Order: sequence, then C-alpha cells, then structure tokens
Amino acid sequence: MTEFKVPELGENVASGDVAKVLVSVGDTVKMEQPVIELETDKATIEVPSSVSGVVKEIKVKKGDKVQVGAVIFTVDDAAANGASGNGAGTAAGKAAAAAPPAEAKPDPKAEAKPEPKAEAKPETKPEAKPEAKPEAKVVSMPQRQPAEAPPPAAAPAPAPAPSNLMPAAASPAVRRLAREIGVDINAVAGSGPAGRISQEDVKEHARRILSSVGSAGAPAAGGMVARASRAMPDFAKWGEVQREPWSNIRRVTSEHLSYSWNTVPHVTQFDKADVTSLEELRKKYKDQVAKAGGNLTVTAMLVKVLATALQKFPQFNASIDADRGELVYKKYVNVGVAVDTDRGLLVPVIKDASQKNITQIAVELQQLAEKARDRKLTLEEMSGGSMSLSNLGGIGGTYFTPIVNWPEVAILGVSRGGAEPVWKDGQFIPRQMLPLSLSYDHRLIDGADAIRFLRWVVEAIEQPFLLSLIG
Amino acid sequence: MTQTTQIAVLGAGPGGYAAAFYAADLGMQVTLIDEEKNPGGVCLYRGCIPSKALLHVAKVIDEASHASKWGVAFAQPAIDVNQLRAYKQGVVDKLTAGVGSVAKLRKVNFVQGRATVTGPKSLTVKTASGEEQIQFQHLILATGSSPTKIPSLALDSPRMMDSTSALDLPDVPKSLLVVGGGYIGLELGTVYATLGSKVSVVEMTGGLLPGADRDLVQPLEKRLKTLFAAIMVNTKVVKVAEEKAGIRVTFEGDVAEKEQVFDRVLVSIGRRPNSKVPGLESTRVKVDAKGFIETDPQRRTAEPSIFAIGDVAGEPMLAHKASHEARVAVEAIAGHKAVFEPQAIPAVVFTDPEIAWCGLTEAQAREQNVDVEVAKFPWGALSRAITVDRPEGLTKLVLEKSTGRVLGVGISGSGAGELIAEGVLAIEMGASAEDLKMVIHPHPTLSESVMEAAEVFFGQSTHVYKPKKK
Repeated sequence: MTEFKVPELGENVASGDVAKVLVSVGDTVKMEQPVIELETDKATIEVPSSVSGVVKEIKVKKGDKVQVGAVIFTVDDAAANGASGNGAGTAAGKAAAAAPPAEAKPDPKAEAKPEPKAEAKPETKPEAKPEAKPEAKVVSMPQRQPAEAPPPAAAPAPAPAPSNLMPAAASPAVRRLAREIGVDINAVAGSGPAGRISQEDVKEHARRILSSVGSAGAPAAGGMVARASRAMPDFAKWGEVQREPWSNIRRVTSEHLSYSWNTVPHVTQFDKADVTSLEELRKKYKDQVAKAGGNLTVTAMLVKVLATALQKFPQFNASIDADRGELVYKKYVNVGVAVDTDRGLLVPVIKDASQKNITQIAVELQQLAEKARDRKLTLEEMSGGSMSLSNLGGIGGTYFTPIVNWPEVAILGVSRGGAEPVWKDGQFIPRQMLPLSLSYDHRLIDGADAIRFLRWVVEAIEQPFLLSLIG
Repeated sequence: MTQTTQIAVLGAGPGGYAAAFYAADLGMQVTLIDEEKNPGGVCLYRGCIPSKALLHVAKVIDEASHASKWGVAFAQPAIDVNQLRAYKQGVVDKLTAGVGSVAKLRKVNFVQGRATVTGPKSLTVKTASGEEQIQFQHLILATGSSPTKIPSLALDSPRMMDSTSALDLPDVPKSLLVVGGGYIGLELGTVYATLGSKVSVVEMTGGLLPGADRDLVQPLEKRLKTLFAAIMVNTKVVKVAEEKAGIRVTFEGDVAEKEQVFDRVLVSIGRRPNSKVPGLESTRVKVDAKGFIETDPQRRTAEPSIFAIGDVAGEPMLAHKASHEARVAVEAIAGHKAVFEPQAIPAVVFTDPEIAWCGLTEAQAREQNVDVEVAKFPWGALSRAITVDRPEGLTKLVLEKSTGRVLGVGISGSGAGELIAEGVLAIEMGASAEDLKMVIHPHPTLSESVMEAAEVFFGQSTHVYKPKKK
C-alpha cells in the first residue's frame, strides 16, 4: 500500500481546499497524472500524482481543507511500480516538519531526540533538525514550532517542546513584553540555547500571528493591526440582494491590495506616448510572430520596454525591507502582467524578460494568459516579479491609478489609445496616442525619478530603435 | 473623621509596606494601616529579623567552641540573656524605625490601629485617639499569618511558647521541646541549644524539613544530632500537661520514652493566614478552605477594588514572595498588565549549615515525571569550604535532561542562603548548565560550587574526578 500525500505546493502555501477529485477508486493512475484540483489561497492547482498504481482508497472529498502532507489516496502496492512518492513524499515531509498540520502534530520529542548530553553541546547537531526556515506559511499556529532563521552555526536546533509542566524559558522582562503585547509566552518558540526565548522571539511570534490572521481571511493586512470591522447595514430593507461566498482568490487579492495600499505611499504619474510608429511595426511583424505561436500585442512590446527600463533604472527593480532597514536591488528582471480572468485578477510573471526578445515574450505571454484563464497557472509562475504591467486599454478608459504590487515598487497602467491631433511642424496631425499611468512607491522613488523613468518608457515606445540602441 | 485615599494597605509587613511605598513612588496617595508603631510586620518584629540576630550570635558561639580544633581555645561563654535580648531588640527597633521614616519621607499616611472593613470602598480604623473612617479606591490586604494553634497543644502556661514568645527570649531553659521539625522550629531550636538548652525536636513526618530534598537536609541532620539532645521523627505529641517540674509531654510513635518532662515547649507546627479581617464579609472577597484569600494572578480578590498579597494570599508564606506580589498588585492597580508568575521562589532555612533551594526539587521532578538530570558538587572538593572547616555542604542543580536548562537549585552548607540567589536568577533567565559553566566565578568562594556542579553535568569538573563512562 502506498500513500499519495499533498506535496509541497509552493512558497507560503500550507493548505488548500479540494476543488475536484479527478480519480475514483479502481482507477489506474500514472505518474504525473493530475489527480486532484486544490484551490489554495493564491490559485487553483492541479496536483499531479507522484505514484502509480490502482487507487484503493480516496481519503479526501470535494470541499475538504487539506494540509501539505495529508494523505489523498492510497494505491495498491502490487500495482505500484516502486515510485512511491519520493519527490512528493520528502517534500511533504519537509513541509510538515516546518508546519505540522493540526490534526497530525508530530511529537517533537519523538521526532528528533538525540543523546541528551550531545544535544546540549553546541558542536553536536541533532540529525533530524527541523528546517530552520519554515517553507510554508503557518495558518494555524502550532505550539512551539521551530523559530525562523537562526543561523545554524550560531544557535543549536530549537529545543523540543518541554513537557507541559515546564514553564517557558523566558526571563521576567521577556515575559512581561509577551504579556503586554498579548502573546502567550508558552506558545513562543525559543531560538536561544536550551530553547530560551528572547524578546525578538516574542516579537517574531507576534508578527507571525498577525500575518497568519491576515492570510486566514480576517480583514487584516499582514503585519498591520486589524481594523475593527464595522457592522453592515441590512441591505434587504432597500431591496432584494443575493449573497455569495467571497472566493479565496478574491479574498487574497483584497488582502494583498489592502496591504500594498496601507504600506506603500502611492504617487501616480501620467503621460502619453505616440504609438503610431509602434503600431506600424506591430502590424508589420504580427504574422511573423503569429507563426512562432505568439500574438504581437502592445502589451508584449511594453513588457520588453519595461524590462529594458528596469535595467536603466535599478531603483524601480528594488524592494524595501523595512524590518531590516535595507533596500533589496534585484539583478534579475521579471515583469508581471495583470490578467483578467472570470475568477479575478491574476498576475503571471515573464521571467528574465530582459534576456528575451519580443517574439519570445509574446509567445510566453500568450501561454501564460491561457493558463491563467484555464486556472492552470502555478504559484511559481505568479511570483518573483520586478514590476507589473496592467493594460486595460482593450476595454477602455483614459487614465487610472494602479496599486503597486507590493513588494514591487512600481506598476505601469495602460489605458485605451486613440487618434489625437498633435501639434507638429506648425500644424495638427493625427497621431495614435497611448495614455500611461505610472504608480510608484514614494518611499524609494521620488517624482523626478518617476518622470525620468516614464519619459524613458515613452521615448522607447515612440522610437523602438532605442531599445536596441541604448537598452 | 473621614479620610479619602487612593490606596489603603492593611498590614505593614514586607508585603504591605512594599506595596505602600511602591504605590507612593508611582504618585498614588497611600494610607498604610498596622497595629504596630512602625511598619515591619511579623518579619521585622517577630520573625525573620530577630531570629537572624539570634542565629548570628549562635553561630559566633558555635564557631568559638570549634576554634579549639584550630589551636585557639576560648573559655566557656558567659551569656547575659538580658543584653542579648537588648541586642536583638536593638536590631528590630533600628529596622522598624528605618522603615517608618522611609514611609514618612514618601508621604505615606501611616495609621496605627485596628481596622474593620466596612464595604468594598471603605474601612474604619480604631486608633489610640478614636475612630477614623477611610474611603479608598483600592484596598490591599496584607494581613499576614500567625502561628498555628491546635487544641491538643493548647495549654495556658508560660512554659508553652510559640515563635513569637520564643523570640522574646524569656530565659534559657534547661530543657526545651520543639514541636515541629520545620524551619522555624529548627532555627529557634538551634538558638536555644547553642545558648545552652537541652533541645529535643519532635516531628510528625519521617524527617526534618518536609518538602526539602533529603540529600540537602542530611548535612544539617548530622550536625543537629550532636547539637540537639534528641530528634524524634514519626512521632506525635498527644498530650501536654503542666507539672511543678515542667511540662509533661506524652508522645505517640517511634520513640522509646513515651512521656518526658521539659522546662519549656515551643510549638512551631506552621502558620495560618490572617484572613479573618473584621468586616471582610461585607465584601465579595472569598476565602478558600485553607483560610487563604482567593486571588487572581494579579492578586485581585473577587471584590474588584480589593487585592490580597503575602501570607494571607497563599503559600509559600515568605516575605520575599509578599514583596514581589506587592509590586504586582500595585502595577495592576496602576493599569499595567502585571501578573504574579515567578519561575522560582527561593526558600532558605537559616540553620547551621543553611539549606536553600528554589525551583523544582529533585523529589518534585520525580513526582511530576519531569525528565531531569541532577548534577551535584560536594563541598568536600570546594576550597573555600575547606578553609572555613565546613566541608559538609552540597550544591546541586536539577537540570532538564535534554537541554541542560536549570529547573531547580538546591544548596546545603554554610552560606547557602546567599548562594541561592544565583540559582533563582538562572531559573528566571532560562539559563542552562552550559551558561553556568561558562560564567567565571570568583576563587576561592563558595559560589564556585554552582559553576562546578554545572561542569559535573557535562561530565568534567575541575575538582571532581569521575572516570569516563564506558
């Protein structure tokens, strides 16, 4: 009998709702065959099997909430050809160690109990040390999970949870801090020797609770104090209403945007670009790109423009690490593109856009957009952006004020272009003008930088040769 | 006359006066009420302080008598009980007057008299000059405890003493029976025995100082066997009767002579909380089955305006616990999120040798199935102990086996009471044996024993050789 467990789902994802079970008892499953659909906080994921054989028992049903590491189904051993979940199994095991699911909390003592003396000595490391950095965001806070990120050389592995009789190893001042900020000291993982809890451990614990409250769907943005929600009026007294559940994707989008909005001091800068010649080029090379399997759109061309601009203006390819008081400059250039789907807004990312030509970008963009609409995007494909692009021009509008996709620091909004009279050489001539809206994080970027960036983008659009000339 | 005050504190012992002073320092208006002339309470007037003055004298006498071993012989000491009593009283007066003047400097309104609670926000005090009504916002009950009395030992005779009358030092009786082998009985028994009394101790349970680990008690027991005439364990006093020659005591239990006559009998079988505060029934304050006032972790009683601290609010009945609770209660009144949650409350028996412990005892660890390792350092290997000819001590650490975290510390030996503070700090800070081992301790001092006990945990101590385990 081989079990197939929920594999690691990606960064910051510990669980998901079963949206669909794609196999039934008696089915023969093959490796890599999609077996369930999980709706996670960020996306719906088709989970491929890492085992093969005849399905004997299915342990989940539609609507179940499952944690990473939970058993989905078992296959008959006789039929299984030995490939029993090595990839998924170990990945799941790792994630489970970092964030034990509530229903199957591993006993930390039983899990890693080396020779007692050996453990107390700094030079001896317990073998089965829990991952120092939990890979999955913890939604329900397990008791005494390993603290995040103590450098392994400096601190021995977090101590196993002492028996319930043992009070938490924290000094009176640390206890007071915990009490004052409302943290249960017994739930805090100590990062010090013998599991000693520092002030920093208490603060870190509090931060995690706040961010897990955020991802659990309460109206709190991660790291921000939840605002008291106000009572809703009874809308029915003014007429008929219909109530529908707030989907996971919508809810996460809302939290993410609220966090960005609350964290980033936004400024939006507007400009117009003359796209007449770009349009000519687009039409001229459309078929060539179509042959390669892509659709040469203004968006695809703008991705290339942005990718080049990000190389010219490194502070637009940066993030602010406020906790550590540092700026993070990225040496890669990934451009996110907002895609409208029937389930809400998704932002797939074109990785290394600076190293791809417009044809490659157009092809990839087409694939990502299709995946987004078919709910096939992986979390990997939606993370790691340097800056985002939101093109609403296909629908309309003149200008808008897009919200920066934190931790990015800028976003370019594109509205509908159209013919406008432009004063040139003593007369008005019709030109195709494209309205652009650049929102940016004023903590890092000043207005002058922003307009320089936007002017560069406008000029690159107007004279596409610049991309090759100075890009 | 009616006064109003923000905080009224009833009882001016180490809990009450600490509360009053802290509240005053936080800018509150405070009234402190006690029957004595000055703050101090049992601790200063008839407890910790006078007993320590007498024990100091006892120690000097004892050391002088041992000096012949070192080549210095003194004549038998001539003891002037009156002067000794005066010395002890001088210590008490000095300290209580000192606390009284500090109260004045802090502008604490000290009222001498007996209080009756008249409601959740009011009380009256009967003073020498009449009755005072006091309206308060908060009341802190710090009424302390009194020696336990039991009917079988109730005998109206000047030969019968409790700790209070024994500290008055009426004389040095030829023979003294100490009923109760707890710390009070052993401390006072030591004083009287050193002054010349033939002291016998009777204890109901199987050993002296119930609650302390046996290996810590053992050095004391050994020494007391030579100092005392008899130590009777598993023995109960069933009857006391006054005769011309003294008190005839009838025993039951592991003792050959079931009836013995003593000049004096000291009853030290424990203390009871003074929770029968007049008028307390006019409030919602609750008292539990053992007579302690029930409080929450902030020391607030069931009546929200009333707090209780110290002996009256629960075990252990120790002055330093009361002073700490005082700060918690005052901070709670001031609106802080303070709670009483010590990891370790040190207990010290000021006998000779002293015994001190804090946190988890070895016996408790066994009872509660805590996986511990006990690391012991015998003072026979401690240079400082050898220089003062007191090698019978022991320092031990009760450590969490898997991490070496210090959960309990026990020390037996001359000066143990001073040494235990390091153990309390270690426990409160969540220190491990490794920490203690790596902290440099001064040489030659008794404190090195703490560091070396920690080394023992790791299997290697400078002054204790242990062959390697194979």
